[in-house]
Amino acid sequence: MTALLEVRDVSVVFDGFRALDGVNFTVDHGELRFLIGPNGAGKTTLIDIITGLTKPTTGTVSFDGTVVNGKREHQRVRLGIGRTFQTSVVFEELTVLENLDLAASFRKPLVSLLTRRKGVTEKVEQALETTQLTDLASRKAGVLSHGQRQWLEIGMLIAQGPRLLLLDEPVAGMSSEERVRTGDLLTEIAKDHTVIVIEHDMDFLRRYASTVTVLHEGKLLIEGSVDEVRADPRVQEVYLGRAREEAAHDVVG
Amino acid sequence: MTATLEKPPVTEAPVKEPRDWRGPALFAVVAIIGLVVMPLVLEPFRLGLLAKYLTYAIVALGIGLAWGQGGMLTLGQGVFFGLGGYAMGMHLKLNDAGDGLPDFMVWSGVETLPALWEPFRNPVFAIAMVVIVPGAVAWLLGTLVFRQRVRGAYFAILTQALAAAMVILLVGQQGLTGGTNGLTNFFEVFGQDVAADSTQRGLYFTVAIVLGILFIAVWQLQRSRFGRLLLAVRDGEDRVRFLGYNPATVKTITFTLSAVMAGIAGALFVPIVGIISPALLGVVPSLELVVAVAVGGRFVLVGAVLGAVLMGYAKTYFSEELPDAWLYLQGALFILVIGLAPKGIVGIISSVRESVAGRKKEVAA
Repeated sequence: MTALLEVRDVSVVFDGFRALDGVNFTVDHGELRFLIGPNGAGKTTLIDIITGLTKPTTGTVSFDGTVVNGKREHQRVRLGIGRTFQTSVVFEELTVLENLDLAASFRKPLVSLLTRRKGVTEKVEQALETTQLTDLASRKAGVLSHGQRQWLEIGMLIAQGPRLLLLDEPVAGMSSEERVRTGDLLTEIAKDHTVIVIEHDMDFLRRYASTVTVLHEGKLLIEGSVDEVRADPRVQEVYLGRAREEAAHDVVG
Repeated sequence: MTATLEKPPVTEAPVKEPRDWRGPALFAVVAIIGLVVMPLVLEPFRLGLLAKYLTYAIVALGIGLAWGQGGMLTLGQGVFFGLGGYAMGMHLKLNDAGDGLPDFMVWSGVETLPALWEPFRNPVFAIAMVVIVPGAVAWLLGTLVFRQRVRGAYFAILTQALAAAMVILLVGQQGLTGGTNGLTNFFEVFGQDVAADSTQRGLYFTVAIVLGILFIAVWQLQRSRFGRLLLAVRDGEDRVRFLGYNPATVKTITFTLSAVMAGIAGALFVPIVGIISPALLGVVPSLELVVAVAVGGRFVLVGAVLGAVLMGYAKTYFSEELPDAWLYLQGALFILVIGLAPKGIVGIISSVRESVAGRKKEVAA
């Protein structure tokens, strides 16, 4: 059986800077994979490559056995690759319900979009329930809190019904309560989806992660269980080095 | 599709329900004023002016859709207005000329009717072209431009350049287009004397009804899923791609619709005003309508229509009373609106209403 996602030998060069350098990355059907690494490691770039936002300089991305390199962003969504962004982007002028409905309707032919939405489809209702946003359904997305926006984005992703979900730092900037809820939400989604999550909060990883891939300076450093990764001296060096730099930065600042 | 399982909309708040009748009620009132009161009250000359403003309102409706809803600042709607207008003008000229050549061709020494003109003898063909030509030009431009992700100021400049180019083209082809003078001196429109009060009255009703129909159509479009998608494209085109939609398609369709509306407006304008010329469709008239939409309120369709009619009246009034002041006033108004009231007159009205409602609530509490 082929893996759901196969990234082969991908390099990305921005103005001479190698954001990714020969990365091989495979995710199987049904996996919940965490992607970690210090700032600038190339995590978001890797997600951008998979979703079509950035073109790789070399290498291929295959999804479910087909190479998707030449496909544009919306075409990849149609194949079943969905993503969220680090800073959540929801449509503030639309209600929560309309945001979800739009996410759920992209497979409909354009002509049928000319009719008004009647009621709530099953998919949308499910997304509302999973993200517990039902009470806020008719509010404009612009009034949501930061955490609620992130959940709405995840809800939109669920409503899209993708086969592969890519979440870019879904708990960044969240309170500890919100983190717990998001973690539960993730495990809930991971039951019946393949999910890749970028996150570098170690507590969060320990609670929810199974397999972890560590990126460092555009290269794949190590892949394994949380404990394996934590015990690896290279990972400790990378993260401790970063901690030291940050401490130095704090002293200077 | 079976995916749309219709369930009772439990999650939709019933709060919005009481507002539902207001739109149709307002529409009905305006329709009665437009179709009954105005024709009774206004003398023919003033009714003709109103008819002219209503053609501008149709263009404005298209600008409201493209710019207000879709975020495409189009500074060249005059091009599409002109294409529709010239298609109609060509038919009228041929109709008046009978077997001969249109007068301006004789003056510029053209001896045989250009092949481009011939099919416009047929009124059905001419009317079809009023819709098809502007639509096709906009579709082509949109397809080329939106796919390449040209947007914002670059798109605006491009449309403006198109308006400038169109004027140069029309002026340069004197024998084909009537040059700077354009097409004018019409006698008959579909068998009626174009100058007769009854004809002008009929044209007024036609333009008012067309505006009403288009308004309802755009209103429905705005409330549809496509309308929601259009807002999403306006506010976050890049995000829309990751919802699985191609924003270029959405924008191209919308831009084409707005162009078709401008074309229809241009075609109606010709028999009402009696002329179509490069001066009526260049950069300045295109900009004037954008200013009118901004002043009226670009985010609401009513605002666009209101803006076009009000600015039309203001232009006529000030041109009669204080001819030198109008241009300055128009510029100042635009700056004021963009700077202080980006939602235009409609925005001012609704914020006043909200603050009154808020005060009432305070008193009640």
